[in-house]
Amino acid sequence: MNDMSVSRDVDTGEIKMRARGVEVFYGDTHAIKSVDVDIEDKTVTAFIGPSGCGKSTFLRCLNRMNDTIDVARVKGEITLDGEDIYDPKVDPVQLRAKVGMVFQKPNPFPKSIYDNVAYGPRIHGLSTSKGELDEIVEKSLRRAALWDEAKDRLQEPGTGLSGGQQQRLCIARAVATNPEVLLMDEPCSALDPIATAQVEELIDELRTRYSVVIVTHSMQQAARVSQKTAFFHLGELVEYGETGKIFTNPDDSRTESYITGRIG
Amino acid sequence: MSVTTEGGAPEPRRTSLLELDARTRRRNRSEARFRAYGLAAVTVAVMALVLLLVSILSNGLSSFRQTFVSFPITLDADVLDPSGNRNPEEMQSVLTFSYGPLVQQAFVDHVAALGIETDLPASALGDMISDQAPAQLRAAVLSNPAMVGETIDLQLLANGRVDGFFKGRVTMESAERDALISPEQLILAEQLRAEGSIITRFNWDFITAPDASGQRPEAAGLGVAIMGSFYMMLVVLAFALPIGVAASIYLEEFAPKNRLTDLIEVNISNLAAVPSIVFGILGLAIFINFAGLPQSAPIVGGLVLTLMTLPTIIIATRASLRAVPPSIREAALGIGASKMQSVFHHVLPLAAPGILTGTIIGLAQALGETAPLLLIGMVAFVREYPAAPLDGLFDPASALPVQVYSWTQRSDPAFVERASGAIIVLLVFLIFMNAMAVLLRRRFERRW
Repeated sequence: MNDMSVSRDVDTGEIKMRARGVEVFYGDTHAIKSVDVDIEDKTVTAFIGPSGCGKSTFLRCLNRMNDTIDVARVKGEITLDGEDIYDPKVDPVQLRAKVGMVFQKPNPFPKSIYDNVAYGPRIHGLSTSKGELDEIVEKSLRRAALWDEAKDRLQEPGTGLSGGQQQRLCIARAVATNPEVLLMDEPCSALDPIATAQVEELIDELRTRYSVVIVTHSMQQAARVSQKTAFFHLGELVEYGETGKIFTNPDDSRTESYITGRIG
Repeated sequence: MSVTTEGGAPEPRRTSLLELDARTRRRNRSEARFRAYGLAAVTVAVMALVLLLVSILSNGLSSFRQTFVSFPITLDADVLDPSGNRNPEEMQSVLTFSYGPLVQQAFVDHVAALGIETDLPASALGDMISDQAPAQLRAAVLSNPAMVGETIDLQLLANGRVDGFFKGRVTMESAERDALISPEQLILAEQLRAEGSIITRFNWDFITAPDASGQRPEAAGLGVAIMGSFYMMLVVLAFALPIGVAASIYLEEFAPKNRLTDLIEVNISNLAAVPSIVFGILGLAIFINFAGLPQSAPIVGGLVLTLMTLPTIIIATRASLRAVPPSIREAALGIGASKMQSVFHHVLPLAAPGILTGTIIGLAQALGETAPLLLIGMVAFVREYPAAPLDGLFDPASALPVQVYSWTQRSDPAFVERASGAIIVLLVFLIFMNAMAVLLRRRFERRW
């Protein structure tokens, strides 16, 4: 887990999401400038960069969460499996069922652990019976490595869990709808090192099924969990490539300055 | 803040911590002064409240007790049931007027039987009993016709002056100057009380009975007013809550932020500050004159109060919707819930305690509102109970605060006591509603 070597097993799988010439404006602010990224299937892609560089903004373009902000405008093209997600025919609700999201601050619903996980499958009609739903909940909690801790307290409120457990609950909630892509916006920034390690381990496991995109402030984390890394600076995508290469032999001098701690 | 010069930081000041410098002393003094102001303000407020409560309670508590005269009455079958078949429908034709002499004669006989000597004529004795007594007797007889022909013991209302005498409102001196009561009657009343024939007890009729005319304050009750107020609250709840909550949810969660919604927002805030009498004129013009709804009806009062309560509910609801953290909305949207699902499944339940509190406070405000009701005719004298909803909403009724107002307008001093009693009832309802608001907030408030 903790190596930075180039000999990382990289799935050069098919492209899951493709972004071309993406620009984002917040009112008059030009937040993202012409970003091109290919996100591969069954791969962990890390977005790194200093605060305010636009990495979270770009992440939120990938499931159209920016739609909820009135002043935000997105230009350019983003496709999921070749389909333009900004096509007027696309309902963002359907998109978000395919592209799940985990947020920076753990935000479980103030309901029971069970209801937290079951909410997504319920609204998307993924189960036809109580037994099936129970199964989905158990599977999701197991996948989020929370089952052993939560199985005896499924009816207790999710907000009663510790911070790390809450974040894993949010991950369980996100994977319960069976998304194809999982977006994580600094999922470990509110967690202690032990909980962080658990979540990172989890991300590595999730990679076998999903394409994971993670925004992180911690370069060590990016190095530990990702196969691809994109470095953002001042709204631009400076460099994008295999994690090992970005961290050992970056092409751009700004990337090198950042990973060695001179900027950001 | 010290200014750093180019030569480096300025020399630190060397003063002892053990003695206060002038600046600190000044600061401490001004803080002490401010605390004193605050304490004085709180004291004044508490004193005013205590004074208000003491004055209302001391004036009004006695209205819940009433003086009754109890004596045996022989129900003469020839008078009360001329056809002799004990059929209540035929006995209806015997009017209250015919019961009057019966009551008076029975009372005169009772005084004589007790062996109390008095020079008062029979009519003066009869005046000691309320004008309401024959009606009381008639109601009792009609409810149980089998009693006719027998002698029954009944507690009948004493005249308001006699009642006032035992409550300390009427004295021998005031009776000298009073056309409605004489000192001799009061002396007799005292003798009867010693014999146990006059008692003062808790009087449910004050809460349940309808209003009575200005000549018989002892019979006046709050029944119609309480029902009217209750019906109006039903109307307000049925209209203001759904409209207010729907408007707030739309404005807060769905509406685009533009000039139009800004304008609406400003106007809602302004509406909350519109004097209530203006709503009364609006109600008179629209609901009664234009829509042709009946006057004095709880439906009209309720609609007017709905208009008045809407801004309160909208403002409270929007505030509690805004207090739900955006992370909850994002979480719901992030797993593919639609906007509406995120609002109804997650945001609204979290905002519910705040909405309920706002609604109850709005209702409490509406319950105490008088001015608009005066304009739509709810100040009328109503002796008939309104029917059950929904028809009853269109029947004439009074309202608690309006009843207080109309009782204070009447000349008999006994109505002062009853107005204070009505205020106590109103305050009890208000305290109950506010306590419920606090309780609901405590019970359902969730932390995250």
